[in-house]
Amino acid sequence: MLAALIIVFREVFEAGLIIGIVLAVTGGVPHRDRWIGGGVLAGVLGASLVAAFAGALSQLFAGMGQELFNASILGVAVIMLTWHNVWMARHGREIASEMRAVGQAVAQGSKSLLALAVVVAVAVLREGSEVALFLYGIVASEGSSGLNLLLGSAIGLALGAAVCLATYFGLMKIPQRALFATTTALITLLAAGMAGQAVLFLERAGWLTSLDQIVWDSSWLLPEDSIIGRTLHTLVGYSDQPTGMQLLVYLAVLLITVLLMRVTRTPPAHGPIVTAAKG
Amino acid sequence: MPEQIGTTTMKAIAIASVALGLMGPLATPSRAQQATEVQLTYAKGQFQPAEISAPADKPIAIRVKNLDAKAMEFESKSLRVEKVVAAGSEGVVNVRPLKPGRYEFYDDFNEKARGALVVQ
Repeated sequence: MLAALIIVFREVFEAGLIIGIVLAVTGGVPHRDRWIGGGVLAGVLGASLVAAFAGALSQLFAGMGQELFNASILGVAVIMLTWHNVWMARHGREIASEMRAVGQAVAQGSKSLLALAVVVAVAVLREGSEVALFLYGIVASEGSSGLNLLLGSAIGLALGAAVCLATYFGLMKIPQRALFATTTALITLLAAGMAGQAVLFLERAGWLTSLDQIVWDSSWLLPEDSIIGRTLHTLVGYSDQPTGMQLLVYLAVLLITVLLMRVTRTPPAHGPIVTAAKG
Repeated sequence: MPEQIGTTTMKAIAIASVALGLMGPLATPSRAQQATEVQLTYAKGQFQPAEISAPADKPIAIRVKNLDAKAMEFESKSLRVEKVVAAGSEGVVNVRPLKPGRYEFYDDFNEKARGALVVQ
């Protein structure tokens, strides 16, 4: 039972962190629960589909279907996160102020919510397909002793949800004024980390071979599969053995995000209004 | 004002697409051809053989055949790989050229199943 608990918790941990961050980012945006709930639901459905067709997916692209699928959905998540950041750089001020009550702002807010719902769906899809395969294996082959394993899995899943809530409430402790800057930084690092992971999948598939030498090995200091390693892996894209291309793409995403946010930022024409609206 | 927002958003998307497009040519399928292929079977929750060997400094392709009725995940921290192999199917795991040594792997869904790749 403990083994099942650990396996499931390990898989849902990352998704829990990501959903917690997205919840904090969208705090106060109308209808956000509907969007995020929809993202989770779409992720679970997608994960079940991926699990059901895991064999067929593997056979695509000369046996590299899984790797390329993972790289693609991570790529989608990176684009959505970056787009969200750029969009917020322009509209964040309006949303934070009383303008969120205005119909137009709500309509625009849901555009950004869609991007984040996609990110949530991707996070659940990636981790969930492995959980689904694992659970299916239990049901298919264990019989009555499987009940114990299913219970362990359920607890693992509940712990994943606890991680999500802890992340959310932890972030909500940050004062409102600092929250926007914090979540922007978190989302940017999250995107860069996901881009680095996408590169790893392309390298595994043999599609990306330039600069694939490992730059450093810090597994003796902070192994990636330890709990701190895993947390940092999700939050800032930590890898204990990154390749040159992973580092390059990681830095490129950071740089592109900062540049895009610069280019699109709204000049604070009505600075005082924002402060007034805050109080 | 609204159309100005539209153009900047479009501009942002355009820049992002160009940046991603630039990465395209770097992706070339090449490694798989000259790799040394190693066979590995997974049955009754165990790897067979539990130890496989391959030459050093050459790319390796491990072909994992899962004969069991449930999925397994071939994983190794030192090889930097993880791959789900569905029930009754097989999967190929690409490994970069390695220095001589012993590299352990396991089934992520079943901690009891362990094995190692010895590189000489």
